[in-house]
Amino acid sequence: MNVVLVNVGGLALIALIVWYFWLSSGSTTTAAVTVGGVQETRIVVKGGYSPDTIRVEAGRPVRLIFDRQEVSPCSERVVFDAFGVSAELPTGNEVPVEFTPTEPGEYEFACQMGMLRGKVIVS
Amino acid sequence: MRDPVCEMEVGAESLTADGYPDVGFCSEHCRSAFVADPDKYLTDDHEGELQIETIDVVKEPALVGAPAAASGSSETVHLAIAGMTCSSCVATIEKVLAATPGVIDARVNFASEEATIEVNDVAIDALTAAVAGAGYTARVVDDDVDDGDAEAEAREKLYRTLLRKFWFAAIVSLPVAYFSYPELFPGIPAKGSTALNLIWGAMALLTLPVMLWSGGQFYTGAWSAFKHRSANMYTLIATGITAAWLYSTTALLFPGLFPEERLRDVFFDVTAVVTALVVLGMALEIRARAKTSEALKKLIGMQAKTARVVRDGEEVDIPIEAVVVGDIIVVRPGEKIPVDGLVVSGASAVDESMVTGEPIPTEKTAGDSVIGSTINKSGSFRFEATRVGKDTMLSQIIQMVRDAQGSKAPIQRTVDKVAGYFVPAVMIVGVLTFMTWYTFGPNPALLYAVITTVTVLVIACPCALGLATPTSLMVGIGKGAENGILIKSGDALETAHRITTVVLDKTGTVTMGKPSLTDVIALGSVDEDSLLTLAASAEKVSEHPLGEAIVIGAKDRGLTLSEPETFLATPGHGIEGTVDGRLIVLGNLKYMTDKGVAAGAAESVIERLADEGKTAMVIGVDGELGGIIAVADTIKEDSLAAIRRMHELGLEVAMLTGDNVRTAQAIGAKVGIDRILAEVLPEDKANEVKKLQAEGKVVAMVGDGINDAPALAQADVGLAMGTGTDVAMESGDITLVKGSLTGVVTAIELSQATMRNIYQNLFGAFAYNTLGIPIAAGVFFPFFGLLLSPLLAGAAMAFSSVTVVTNANRLRRWQPTLMKETVR
Repeated sequence: MNVVLVNVGGLALIALIVWYFWLSSGSTTTAAVTVGGVQETRIVVKGGYSPDTIRVEAGRPVRLIFDRQEVSPCSERVVFDAFGVSAELPTGNEVPVEFTPTEPGEYEFACQMGMLRGKVIVS
Repeated sequence: MRDPVCEMEVGAESLTADGYPDVGFCSEHCRSAFVADPDKYLTDDHEGELQIETIDVVKEPALVGAPAAASGSSETVHLAIAGMTCSSCVATIEKVLAATPGVIDARVNFASEEATIEVNDVAIDALTAAVAGAGYTARVVDDDVDDGDAEAEAREKLYRTLLRKFWFAAIVSLPVAYFSYPELFPGIPAKGSTALNLIWGAMALLTLPVMLWSGGQFYTGAWSAFKHRSANMYTLIATGITAAWLYSTTALLFPGLFPEERLRDVFFDVTAVVTALVVLGMALEIRARAKTSEALKKLIGMQAKTARVVRDGEEVDIPIEAVVVGDIIVVRPGEKIPVDGLVVSGASAVDESMVTGEPIPTEKTAGDSVIGSTINKSGSFRFEATRVGKDTMLSQIIQMVRDAQGSKAPIQRTVDKVAGYFVPAVMIVGVLTFMTWYTFGPNPALLYAVITTVTVLVIACPCALGLATPTSLMVGIGKGAENGILIKSGDALETAHRITTVVLDKTGTVTMGKPSLTDVIALGSVDEDSLLTLAASAEKVSEHPLGEAIVIGAKDRGLTLSEPETFLATPGHGIEGTVDGRLIVLGNLKYMTDKGVAAGAAESVIERLADEGKTAMVIGVDGELGGIIAVADTIKEDSLAAIRRMHELGLEVAMLTGDNVRTAQAIGAKVGIDRILAEVLPEDKANEVKKLQAEGKVVAMVGDGINDAPALAQADVGLAMGTGTDVAMESGDITLVKGSLTGVVTAIELSQATMRNIYQNLFGAFAYNTLGIPIAAGVFFPFFGLLLSPLLAGAAMAFSSVTVVTNANRLRRWQPTLMKETVR
């Protein structure tokens, strides 16, 4: 009986892990457009990126302001591989990262080790 | 409601101004601006609507990381602004800066509190005064130093905290580990006795602060990741040590739940020891990682702090930020040259090794360019600043190294994919391990299930995987910069190690790109020295490079030249002049015929010289054949050794040139070129590269970066060669600061060494995880009865990432082969 319970519970836990970490999506935000026509949003870096999904429009400059609120060296750099842009994020400083996406699509950004991830959805 | 000053939407709780009930303000600053001149912001002709002056906050967003472009005579100044409260401040400051005479463009970034001002000959003081006048404070940004220091300080603090946490955990671990094994160690009360239960109870309490304080970062890290629906190393460790503690505490408090006595064992030692080891590993990793960026820090630290500038005829020491283009700067022996410039007077030898990697000091006289941050060795001189601030070569190199270190090598993109799935996958393996042991394991199954699951969670090391590529890349790119090799990206670095064919552009790469005198052959009654004296004297007023080569050649041989009495040049053919009363004609065979000089005897010699890749000119003296003077583009001293080394590395070496086949072959044979691509028009260079690529070759193109830009872009890796400050950094994937082929070899060797290091790291990290996890899960148990201790698993995990970083740091000791040979 116990064996059945443990195995059913284990399978349920696996299903939960798959769903939570891989299938569901995190927080999404649409970047606000500033006076100068720049699509801007602020991203807090603490164990991850909040928000981690940013919607922007193609053809307009994007400015993502990173605010790293932790000292863990894992997140000390953010890399936008697709745009060839990266920035060091000193703790407590707000660092703007700017680029202009031209093609619609989903572009990932991540810490240098590829552990923390986020994406920019260009429409 | 809208703030009339900054056009921001403001709520009812906003600041107000007496007499203007309909307007609100976002900040005191906007209110005072409004009160000072309300009419400026309010107009009557729009009833109820506010006429607002707006300014585009950002006119031209520059890509972060794009190197500051040299912008002719203008320069860029960065000011840190304090006191901004809202975006209206941005507009205000931009306006006052733009109104300052000499300012071309001013942009203020609210988020970074920084103003980027493009100016044309403006004193920094005028800019800071303008900002101060608007009610804010400004200072010149010296961000490279500040950020570095702050970051180093934060790192050091974290290191010390982790060490304290480690010592606490380590001290607690000793008794906890001792009393965890009553069967193993003497003097421990028997299992089940009240005394031991009390001791274990104390251990439960004692390990609690180890878990929550020493291991505090595991929980905060795991929780923040969890909120982002991601998992990391912390998730695994936190789950592992908590599971061990909870199981032990439950067994201790509620022994009734566990019918078998063996199930009542405790694992407080797992919690304490694993925490201690992992925290120690993290501390060591921080130290090791700080070293990976040492090369960049060295570059940043190299920048001069002050400059001795001539202002109003007097020499004054000013901060480096205040130096403007056009300043005359005085440099004494032993001093650092503060910015880039051109020597106007004096002479000295300058040690440029920190930028070019060239160990021998370079002689500098009037007209020569000097590089900021290099060291003046022997004499004093004055130079005119041509590039300052972010435009200096060193600043650009720093920027480039930073960007490159932040870029990804293609291989990492594969690793990233794995990394994204890794931790949840380990968690799933953990659950499966538990289920398997619980279902099929020997008695006590629950105990085995818990231990193996904890071991799986603790041994998996995503960090080793994540660190493998970027740390090696950091060290490799930094090492390149130390040797005058600027690698633009991880892409370039990775591709460079796959190169099969190196294409060298002849002029300026293999050769000096400047002709020099090689032969003087007397064929008549006049001896060689006299012939050369006459020819050189006649050419003295000529501006032709061949003429110049003859004049320099004569001077080098110590000959005294005379002033020509007459001089006439026929472009493309030759020159005619009178020197010391003698009629000199110098040119090709046809020119001799035209001038009535019988030069038939010269023909065979000309043929022979042409076979050697030389350009021969016939000289006639007073209507008779005097002899032949030959010049040739000379081969750079180190080309030969570099090409030999390329062959040793198994590379095919091709040479691309517009010269005729004969000349090209002559030079090619001298330096050992495998393949000659001659008579190639400049516009066809890229096509030649394409043809080689079609043959399946991975092509590196080496050129000067100015004329060869399309070919550099077409090649798999474009290496742009520069000399002094004239480095076209944008055109190549790799820039060689020193104009020598040695750099090409060094770049390829460095790329190979770095990639080897990356492969070692990746192999280690993958092998560790793919072997370690199954062993931890107990795959050896059914065959050998072997189980891995969770303590060993914790130790392995803690030191696997340190090992990766340490291996990457080994690259810091790497030395280019050719450089080693020179030193020897």
